[in-house]
Amino acid sequence: MELLITVTLFAFLIWMAVVIGRQRDLFSASMLTGIFSLICAGLFTVMDAVDVAFTEAAVGAGISTVLFLATLALTDERERRPEHTPLAAIGVVALTGAALVYGTLDMPAYGDPSAPVHTGVARHYMERSWDEIGLPNIVTGVLASYRGFDTFGELGVIFTAGIGVSLLLSAGTPELTPGAPPPPPKSRAPYVREMPILRTVSKALMPYILLFALYVQAHGDFGPGGGFQAGVIFTAALILYGLIWGPSAVEAFARRRLVERATAVGLLIYGGVGVTTLTLGHSFLDYSALSPEHPQHGQHWGIFVVELGVGITVSAVMLVIYYVFASRPKKDVSPMRQPLPLLGGACVGDVSTEDAEADS
Amino acid sequence: MNTGIWNYWVVVFLMMAGLYVVMAKRNYVKKLMGLSIFQVSVIMLYVSMGKVTGGTAPIYVLDGGTPAEGIVYSNALPHVLMLTAIVVGVATTAVGLGLIVRVREAYGSVEEDVVTEQDRAAEAAEARDFAEAGP
Repeated sequence: MELLITVTLFAFLIWMAVVIGRQRDLFSASMLTGIFSLICAGLFTVMDAVDVAFTEAAVGAGISTVLFLATLALTDERERRPEHTPLAAIGVVALTGAALVYGTLDMPAYGDPSAPVHTGVARHYMERSWDEIGLPNIVTGVLASYRGFDTFGELGVIFTAGIGVSLLLSAGTPELTPGAPPPPPKSRAPYVREMPILRTVSKALMPYILLFALYVQAHGDFGPGGGFQAGVIFTAALILYGLIWGPSAVEAFARRRLVERATAVGLLIYGGVGVTTLTLGHSFLDYSALSPEHPQHGQHWGIFVVELGVGITVSAVMLVIYYVFASRPKKDVSPMRQPLPLLGGACVGDVSTEDAEADS
Repeated sequence: MNTGIWNYWVVVFLMMAGLYVVMAKRNYVKKLMGLSIFQVSVIMLYVSMGKVTGGTAPIYVLDGGTPAEGIVYSNALPHVLMLTAIVVGVATTAVGLGLIVRVREAYGSVEEDVVTEQDRAAEAAEARDFAEAGP
């Protein structure tokens, strides 16, 4: 039964990858990447990676699809027909693929419990994590405690990416002449907002999604979840709201200045825990220092605070990225130069003709 | 012949599909989609290595406050590494998309052919100006 599910999901995945590759309507392709991610999340669940599935579902089907759509609203929705068949690319791909398949022949079989990957440090984590950390979710223990350095570095990468997108897109709007009045507020997304189902659902579901995000944040020690997932879900809820009521509605709730500062706050909380353990005479991020008589309690405290930092930074960075994409005015040759509300252009579908003129 | 490795072949196919899109497609947004497919395939490779037959998710099944005996868990280490990689991946994808938006503003197109053509034209014009100015 499990094999049947795996095979079916893999077949769907291959199908989706091929369709995404062939689809020249980029709006459809973006939506298909969301489905692609959802199928992946299903596969990860079958492979027992519930935390990964959780993250993939929230990130792939939620945030990254919206980011692709936001980019399409600022660029072009159709891919141009290629002038020739890329024979060289086909050759390179076939050769590389053949070499990789040859390489897999030495791999251990799927699900083999004696595979090398289960030895060494992984075995230590699986066997000792209950005694050393005492949390039911092994993934959380490894993520925040054993490999806390890694996670700190990854959080730094996310923070840096947030700064990078801000620098790229919030500065220098060339088409707006200096001294000109600011563009009209992006408050109208009439087509989306008139739909009663979307209006009701966005309002009714909001508190539950936000509450669920907080639950995932707090419950990550015991079940699937943690700071990464919680941060993404929290922001996905806000972005869902923003898609229907406009970015300004979200900014009224979470002010942009505040969110930009919060990106650093989370990272500082994480690093602060590390510095605290240092000053208590232990190694960096050795949470046992927080409660010397009872090292497990120290671990619990440390992991909780560190996950909180992760959640704050991830959530804030994703929100900042959404803000800069949504508030960027679209540069266009048409006289209608007001900034398009995010997805407003994509939904109306009037962009492609203007872009075709711009290209020619 | 090892028959239990077909999952790696699916991964290789997905990886090559992503690589093909990155190389063959001329649209920058499409290239990033290909890169996302490639990234997912790498994540799939790691996660499928962590699977143990008959195992369950790496969350201790508690029996009266202590882990129950005789339960097989899948390997948690690949899960940890890939979980963070997904979130980092979407953050870096956002940087790429930001770059694409700036390219569109500077060149009026996100097609590689158009951008390269304009670059060449600009270079040629610069060289001509330099030659005309003389030593």
